[in-house]
Amino acid sequence: MLHIKCPYCGTRSQNEFAYGGDATIKRPELNKEVSDKEWDTFVYFRKSPRGKHLEFWHHISGCRQWFKVQRDTTTHEIFKTLKPNEDI
Amino acid sequence: MQKYSVFSLIKNALKGHKDWEVAWRNPTPKAEYDVIIIGGGGHGLATAYYLAKEHNITNVAIVEKGWIGGGNVGRNTTILRSNYMHDQNGLFYEKGMDLWKSMSQDLNFNVMYSPRGIINLAHSDAQMNAYSRRGNSMRLNGIDAVLLGREEVQKIVPMLDFSENVRFPIFGALMQPSGGTARHDAVAWGYARQADSMGVDIIQHCEVTGFDVVNGKIKGIKTSKGDIKAKKVGLCVAGSTSVLAEMLNMTLPIETHLLQACVSEPIKPILDHVVTFGAGHFYCSQSDKGEMVMGGDLDGYNSYAQRGNLPTLQHVLTEGIAMFPFLSKLKMLRTWGGIMDMSMDGSPIIDKTHIEGLYLNCGWCYGGFKATPVSGWTFAHTIAQDRVHELNAGYNLNRFSTGHLIDEKGLGTKTWIS
Ligand SMILES: Cc1cc2nc3c(=O)[nH]c(=O)nc-3n(C[C@H](O)[C@H](O)[C@H](O)COP(=O)(O)OP(=O)(O)OC[C@H]3O[C@@H](n4cnc5c(N)ncnc54)[C@H](O)[C@@H]3O)c2cc1C
Ligand SMILES: [Zn+2]
Repeated sequence: MLHIKCPYCGTRSQNEFAYGGDATIKRPELNKEVSDKEWDTFVYFRKSPRGKHLEFWHHISGCRQWFKVQRDTTTHEIFKTLKPNEDI
Repeated sequence: MQKYSVFSLIKNALKGHKDWEVAWRNPTPKAEYDVIIIGGGGHGLATAYYLAKEHNITNVAIVEKGWIGGGNVGRNTTILRSNYMHDQNGLFYEKGMDLWKSMSQDLNFNVMYSPRGIINLAHSDAQMNAYSRRGNSMRLNGIDAVLLGREEVQKIVPMLDFSENVRFPIFGALMQPSGGTARHDAVAWGYARQADSMGVDIIQHCEVTGFDVVNGKIKGIKTSKGDIKAKKVGLCVAGSTSVLAEMLNMTLPIETHLLQACVSEPIKPILDHVVTFGAGHFYCSQSDKGEMVMGGDLDGYNSYAQRGNLPTLQHVLTEGIAMFPFLSKLKMLRTWGGIMDMSMDGSPIIDKTHIEGLYLNCGWCYGGFKATPVSGWTFAHTIAQDRVHELNAGYNLNRFSTGHLIDEKGLGTKTWIS
């Protein structure tokens, strides 16, 4: 069982959260010419690292806010949690 | 190679089982191979076997960081099926079903192939409609499919919950009678033994740590046992694909996720089919030892841990009990997990890459065991001929850019959508 610290509510059990995937992916800028390659990379391609991973979680059964978690994908150790507009 | 038969069994029994030949050698790596297959799981072993058997390429090594069969091939719930709607999937997996039928004879190794039938339960009219459409698509591709009504399901699997006041009543089911199970360890060992006998070197406890690529062409690999040269290299590392891709500066449409399974204490025979829940993700069969073999959803977040977390297991087994109430009386014997190469459209990739001589086999998600023979068969063809076979032509890497996704479920890795 993961214990995740929501930046708004504090530490809660994994059961209250839903996962949102890689948080390092940036949507291509609006109103700018986007190549097919850039778009495919955004939609489908992921680094999927073994080790530190910055990812989105959703406190779906709590405050319903999205936030970022930095977690080790092998040990599940959580190093840091951040608000969505904060960077590591 | 010593043939396994009732006669060799009697002969060796009389000698106290002291003279059995080793099933495969333990060779030191040569300086160079025509083909190196990375990963001694089912797909790597099958690929090496078909390279030797179908293409006469025997100067081949399988390089495995642990021991053969220690990865997903020894961790899955052994379900075989080809109940897909899309042509690419249906035709590919159906070729696999043909190879399963003759595998024990072909490998001279009993893989305990058991076509006991797989039953997908439906819990609404809409789901029955979807299943009849899928069943029709299957039959158009020559795959056996039968639509069962509620009473028919009740006759075949009477211990399902057919009471009136359940949350997800059983409306009927789609059944593939030729679906079933096989013994996963035997599949790995059978392929290994035959590949070895044709000259393939199976190099265990040897981790690939890098690649030698010169001017866009593969020259060899770096391993914990030193550098090995190769004309061609095939990747069959399932859940570790993204880690090796990073060594090649490649990013793939894949995420590694964890899937768990578990078995109950053994009980008397009660279930002689594979049954899946239609209102969630749970499936169940009974092993020859009598254990109920159960599995379901991914843990749901990127993971290389090779062991799972309890909330998902609890969730999956709640669905199991909704389906088979008697399961709540059983004790759990073992749980375990494996790391899955989840592709973005849920379908695999068997293709060449932009690096000459480097071939990719990945994206098997939670369904790659059934593909073991046909994956090896088509991947061997792709490597030997340097071009894809028509059976795996649709499983190209390019489809994510051209829009030709093969999205049976339209889910990909994003299990949180379901
Ligand atoms: C719990 C569970 C249940 C499943 N149930 C089913 C099912 O019912 N039906 C079905 O069809 N499929 C099922 N699957 C999926 C199936 O097991 C896999 O898709 C399939 O086994 C993957 O192919 P493989 O056998 O070649 O993989 P693996 O056996 O994982 O082989 C990959 C090998 O690569 C090696 N490797 C990794 N990195 C390196 C390196 N750097 N150097 C050298 N070697 C390396 C690994 O050690 C491993 O042995 C299930 C999987 C799990 C985990
Ligand atoms: Zn919160």
